[in-house]
Amino acid sequence: MKIFVLLVVLLTGGLLLAGMEEMPGWGDPSSPPSMHVSPRYIEKTMEETATPNMVTSVLADYRGYDTLGETTVIFAAGVACLLLLRKDDP
Amino acid sequence: MLDYLVSKYNYWIYIFLMMLGFYAMMGKRNLMKKLIGMSIFQTAIFLFFISIGVKKGGTLPIMMEGAARAADYVNPLPHVLMLTAIVVMVSTTGVALAVLLLIYRRYKTLEENEILRSTR
Amino acid sequence: MIVQYENVIIKTISRILIPFIQIYALYVIMHGHYSPGGGFQGGVILGASFILLVMAFGAEASQKRISLKKLTVLASLGLLIYSGIGLVALLWGGNYLDYGNLPLPLATVPEIRAMGILGIEIGVGIGVMAIMISIFLAITSFETGGENA
Repeated sequence: MKIFVLLVVLLTGGLLLAGMEEMPGWGDPSSPPSMHVSPRYIEKTMEETATPNMVTSVLADYRGYDTLGETTVIFAAGVACLLLLRKDDP
Repeated sequence: MLDYLVSKYNYWIYIFLMMLGFYAMMGKRNLMKKLIGMSIFQTAIFLFFISIGVKKGGTLPIMMEGAARAADYVNPLPHVLMLTAIVVMVSTTGVALAVLLLIYRRYKTLEENEILRSTR
Repeated sequence: MIVQYENVIIKTISRILIPFIQIYALYVIMHGHYSPGGGFQGGVILGASFILLVMAFGAEASQKRISLKKLTVLASLGLLIYSGIGLVALLWGGNYLDYGNLPLPLATVPEIRAMGILGIEIGVGIGVMAIMISIFLAITSFETGGENA
């Protein structure tokens, strides 16, 4: 059983490595994640939000909807945990 | 082929960590060890994502004095996405631990083959 | 159930350190604009200070400081602050969660946006703190029925 699992893991690792051939190199400033909307966030963060920390201004102002969804996720996880582990009072 | 092996060695490290977590999730029989494997897998994903946004000669994504040029600062977008992913990992681990407690109370064991045998 | 730790050193050091940990957590939340930090990080540190209180003094003795009833109110309050600010921005003429239209008496629009960001970080911090403590209390006060006392 464990030999079979080891073969599946090695096969998945090999497929992932074969797909890494076209990924950008280490520290490339012209890689696709840094090209389209990210320079606009970096250049306009002081004149639109007056916040020097770019991570906070992107998290709370430019992508505020995703942070609302994430707060709902952690609230739902807390409620689920409390529901599962409740003591039944007779 | 050889320059692909040498120049992109960082991807080998991430894939090795991911496959460690993946083997622990599938190959181990104890339920707690599977949960630890899931945690290792998610941490390897965070490392992979954040290392994509590194720029050569860039610094922290906090604005310094002077004009803002995009080549001076590290890409802040993967940091933001991974903050959300860390919160999702904590939520999943919390609910999974609560379910494991209920399973232990019901079956008195955490081994997968004993649980499956007592439900048949 | 967590019982009191029978050691004088742990209790004394916890009694001294817990207010400083809480002040540091409030510093991390408030300085999210100028240094790494923000709502989630400060909320987790604030929750960790209360978990240290429960671990050092037992769940019975810290019942009057934090109980599960107060924690559920605090968690709902955190989420309410977040969506409440978005709703105020909607009522005063803009889009949902568009902080430029909040009715604050400040001079320029970027400063109003910075205050909107601070408001939602406070809401997120309160919510995350309450959830962390309530997950911890729920998991540790669960009797599995098979453990030897």
